[in-house]
Amino acid sequence: MELNAISIGFVVFSIFTLGGGFGVVTTRNLFQGTIWLMVSLFGVAGYFILLSAPFLAAVQILVYIGAIAILIIFAVMLTRSVARIKERYIRILPSFIASLALFLILLLGVTIPIFGAHSPESIPEYVASTRNLGTALVDENGFVVPFLLASVLLTAAMIGAIFIARDENA
Amino acid sequence: MEELCTGLCSVLAESGADAGLALFLSLLVGVLLVSGVPLITVILLIWIERKVAARIQDRIGPNRVGPVGLLQTIADMIKLLSKEDITPTAADRVLYNAAPLVSFASVVLIWAVIPFTPFHYGVDLEIGALYFVAIASFGTLAIMAAGWASNNKYALLGAFRVVALLVSYEVPLVFALLLPVMLAGSMSLLDIVNAQTGMWFIVLSPLAFVIFYISSQAETGRAPFDLIEAESELVAGFNIEYSGMKFGMFFAAEFLHVFTNGIIMAILFFGGWLGPLYYESPLIAFAWLGAKGGLIYLTTLWLRNTVPRLRIDQIMAFNWKFLVPLSIANLIAVSFALKLLQELGWAPRDLLSASFGELLPTTVILLIINGAMILYLLGVLRERGREARRESHDPRAAIANVGAAAD
Repeated sequence: MELNAISIGFVVFSIFTLGGGFGVVTTRNLFQGTIWLMVSLFGVAGYFILLSAPFLAAVQILVYIGAIAILIIFAVMLTRSVARIKERYIRILPSFIASLALFLILLLGVTIPIFGAHSPESIPEYVASTRNLGTALVDENGFVVPFLLASVLLTAAMIGAIFIARDENA
Repeated sequence: MEELCTGLCSVLAESGADAGLALFLSLLVGVLLVSGVPLITVILLIWIERKVAARIQDRIGPNRVGPVGLLQTIADMIKLLSKEDITPTAADRVLYNAAPLVSFASVVLIWAVIPFTPFHYGVDLEIGALYFVAIASFGTLAIMAAGWASNNKYALLGAFRVVALLVSYEVPLVFALLLPVMLAGSMSLLDIVNAQTGMWFIVLSPLAFVIFYISSQAETGRAPFDLIEAESELVAGFNIEYSGMKFGMFFAAEFLHVFTNGIIMAILFFGGWLGPLYYESPLIAFAWLGAKGGLIYLTTLWLRNTVPRLRIDQIMAFNWKFLVPLSIANLIAVSFALKLLQELGWAPRDLLSASFGELLPTTVILLIINGAMILYLLGVLRERGREARRESHDPRAAIANVGAAAD
């Protein structure tokens, strides 16, 4: 791999993503764990930039850091003993086997062309713009049906949440 | 690499520097320039803010250090820098010290996408408008981290209010932001300004501007939405444990955020650098942007110094029961009308290259729709006001309420 801006960026964002993930599982402090999670998600947003998908990068930051992580922080702040978690996780061996298996599957999926070609040459020269993404989402030949289905699902989830949270007496 | 290397970079490369080094140096100078503008501006802004607040309250304001007190902020900065750097023992050291930096950076980073003139901008992102919203969410994060890391109950209460306020008001902000994006057909701030050559978006969608203005005032956490640092309730709010320059950074971030919002509004709704003779010189274009942004900024100062703080339940009710439905209805109405006009052939398909004449029928019809919505809203507001007055018909209770809401 030659040393250029993209490879340096890849290394930096990998450090963010993996280091953040490591921080999440090792810290004894729930609040710091959430901050580490944000660091990890930020690294993923960096990958999207490297892949010429700035829209997805912005959405990653907006949705995952701006909304979901903030919500997690809010929930964490409402719990007791945020700072010193006493409980230890004991099922280390099953977790180790599961994560190793997942890693191997991903490694095989990336290196061996099971799901189609994965050589660097197969990446097209043409890079789709945000405009193409928008058009594809509402195009009949594109992804309009999955897009609408996802919208309906989210709306249903929102209505469900409001229904559950609603005060019966109000 | 070659196409990136223009201007200063090509000069450096021709004078014998390494191509990569030349590119790096020219980018570094660009970054320093773009981030330098807000850093210099904020020093002046603090003076302006204090002077305006003083005049509104019938005072003179800072007038001792330098001519008309212009150097007061410099003196304050020296004072803040020379103060002892305190970190409370019970605080989370890393987060406590990182929060002011993140808070200030989240505002300065917005300036990366602001087009100062047609030719001078940090970067023209394809997703400029979305970038603005995404970066703003780091500000929320910084305030929460500061409130939690301080390990102080008042700071934590202030941080809790942040979630309620900033996250809620982001919803109408984004919906209002969608309108200029939709009208321009692009999220790039450069394209949004260029699309307003025919007609400013404030004329096409005044209601969206009002929604954006209110929500961005809330995003900066200023009166009437200043319950993040409600002095009378929380002592100081999320920044209670901070002193010295760390407090100064929160302070500067807030001041800069207000001005940045003024500039963003000038770009989204008032045509940015567009104005008479803007094509003659970039300096004139820059002056137009500054003048428009500055005027909007002054109105926010006026608002801040005029209205009292709202209660948290009032703020939440106003957002979720009024502003959010309104912004959604506005978006649906305007986009539907625009599409209909385009199908009928009365509106140009592409606003980016449309002239004033071509846009005139669209403008008139959109203005009528907006006017109708505003008239209806005023009726609704009047009815709600009457109801509120009827509930507190006891004059003594009303006076007590006013007293509780005031600062």
